[in-house]
Amino acid sequence: MSEKAISARGDLKLSNITKTYGDFTAVDDLTLVIPKGSFFALLGPSGCGKTTTLRMIAGLEEPTQGKISLGDTDITDTKPYQRPINTVFQNYALFPHLTIFENIAFGLRRRGIQDIDTAVNKALDLVELPHLAQRKPTQLSGGQQQRIALARAIVNRPALLLLDEPLGALDLKLRRQMQIELKWIQKEVGLTFVHVTHDQEEAMTMADTIAVMNEGRIEQMGSPADLYDDPETAFVANFLGQSNLIKGTVTGNDGANQIVDLFGQKIALQKDRSHAVDNSIYAGIRPEKFRISRLETATSGNVLTGGKVEDVSYIGVSTQYQVLMPWGQELMVFEQNDDGVAPFNVGESVNISWEPIFTFGLRGDEDAEAGTEVNPDEDLDDE
Amino acid sequence: MKKISTPYLLLIPGMGFLFTFFLLPLFNLAQTSTQTPVGGGDTGQYEQTFHFKNYIDAFVENREQFGRSFIYATIATVLALAIAYPLAYAIAFKGGKLKNFMLVLVVAPFFTSFLLRTIAWKQILGEEGFVVPTLRNLHIISQSTTLTSSAFAVVAGMTYNFLPFMTLPLYASIDRIDPRTLEASGDLYANGFTTFRKVTLPLSMPGVVAGTLLTFIPAAGDYVNAAILGSPQTKMLGNVIESRYFKIVDYPTAAALSFTLMAAILVLVTIYVRKAGTEELV
Repeated sequence: MSEKAISARGDLKLSNITKTYGDFTAVDDLTLVIPKGSFFALLGPSGCGKTTTLRMIAGLEEPTQGKISLGDTDITDTKPYQRPINTVFQNYALFPHLTIFENIAFGLRRRGIQDIDTAVNKALDLVELPHLAQRKPTQLSGGQQQRIALARAIVNRPALLLLDEPLGALDLKLRRQMQIELKWIQKEVGLTFVHVTHDQEEAMTMADTIAVMNEGRIEQMGSPADLYDDPETAFVANFLGQSNLIKGTVTGNDGANQIVDLFGQKIALQKDRSHAVDNSIYAGIRPEKFRISRLETATSGNVLTGGKVEDVSYIGVSTQYQVLMPWGQELMVFEQNDDGVAPFNVGESVNISWEPIFTFGLRGDEDAEAGTEVNPDEDLDDE
Repeated sequence: MKKISTPYLLLIPGMGFLFTFFLLPLFNLAQTSTQTPVGGGDTGQYEQTFHFKNYIDAFVENREQFGRSFIYATIATVLALAIAYPLAYAIAFKGGKLKNFMLVLVVAPFFTSFLLRTIAWKQILGEEGFVVPTLRNLHIISQSTTLTSSAFAVVAGMTYNFLPFMTLPLYASIDRIDPRTLEASGDLYANGFTTFRKVTLPLSMPGVVAGTLLTFIPAAGDYVNAAILGSPQTKMLGNVIESRYFKIVDYPTAAALSFTLMAAILVLVTIYVRKAGTEELV
């Protein structure tokens, strides 16, 4: 079994994986296919089960139920060292007693690989730190340790590379730089990367496919653009970027569109973007899709009238408005500063408009606040 | 006047103590070690003659006990390490909330006198204890074999008495190991045994070195275990020094033996620490 597992290649399949700790269900009947060669992100808030999922893939936790397979090989009951899977740990977990060279060579030596020097030096070149080979991990900065942890995993050419919040301990600038480098390295080496993060921007920058996790289940899976433009649940709409969710009722159809009544004002919503199950619906619009205009200006598409500017924040790349609508809801509007129109003032009466294709529809019985209360910067050591 | 910085001032009490109660007596002992009896004087009257041959005589006369001291101490150290390592490992990694309680249990024997605990071993290994009848029934030892007054008893006593000195430093260094490095090792194709050999053991070396030193050094100079649990055939160097000093009143030989023992331990420990290479460890 172990001999077979170590050479297994192909898509990773999680079938009905459940993990419980006493009464707590960390991962709930998860089924997921991660295609070979993809950059896959598991995105979710602390405690959503993403790290537990990753640890089960690595073999560091045993699923309570379900099956994990790689290609045609069932690896559910194999030990971590029998799996062709390597992990970049959250705090790197470099071996403090070994040099950087020996840290990277560790996996190769265990497998009895012959030309260790060449492989290690290539890995060091890849992460651009060849001069650090003889140092000890404690002599390296956080960013350097992160790269070494990556080199230590990649050098083994695993079927699957797992990254557990690998950039969490780095400062913002370094994190952005590493995101781009990681993506480049993934293309360069052509391995399957599974990346766990709570940072939606990080997931969107790097991954081809994102699975948004919440309370042990996958809320939605798709490309970053799919998830952003067409979220299926309020949690995804709020966790991935920001959304304005306005309560409404479906009143009829107009070709490919549904007509939705939002507190007495009619708007259009593309049918294939509506995930409502009955007439009760939340119409969702991203703040940057809104156009804000003075009452006398002609507007097209969907229009909501009767707004009043409550707050204006100029943040350079855009101006952010809070607009109070007649039904008491405050809407977020991000306006590019590219139209030469003078900013609106607090207290001004305005209309809000947008193109119908930018509307998505959510079930009306959802919690419109789901996913908003999550502070993405809270502690990284979830689960 | 130049100001003396605080750290140096803080050194004064400790240095003063060491000087008065360690360096001066040591100097005194060195002087004694090369003395010879005063011609026609009383027992215990010695004069300084710089008779360095005392060292050779003392060593030649007691080389058997010398060898025994180091062999017993080595065996006791190895046994203590073999017992303490799994214990310390279990407390550090599996102790959970009971960690501190378990550590208290490790040092609990210190609440009883060292002598009493050693005497207790006499009973444990005696005819009336449970060990000897059990071993006899299992035919591990013959019906006539006794365990008291034997090398076995002395080594067992030493192993037991020095066990906490082995366990505590081991625990301290094993507890500092990040369990994630062990997970990383498993992730990088090392099985449990290889992980122990390549990660756990090297990372716990500071504890292994400290523990073995804290066990071996006092064990090599120990005389209580041999005196209480041993026989004349299991005498260690400590017993010789004790009897030379207090019974025969042969101060020069006792002093020469003390110095030789000290030098031997110093040499062995230096070689050991060099070999173990602890200075490279974090």
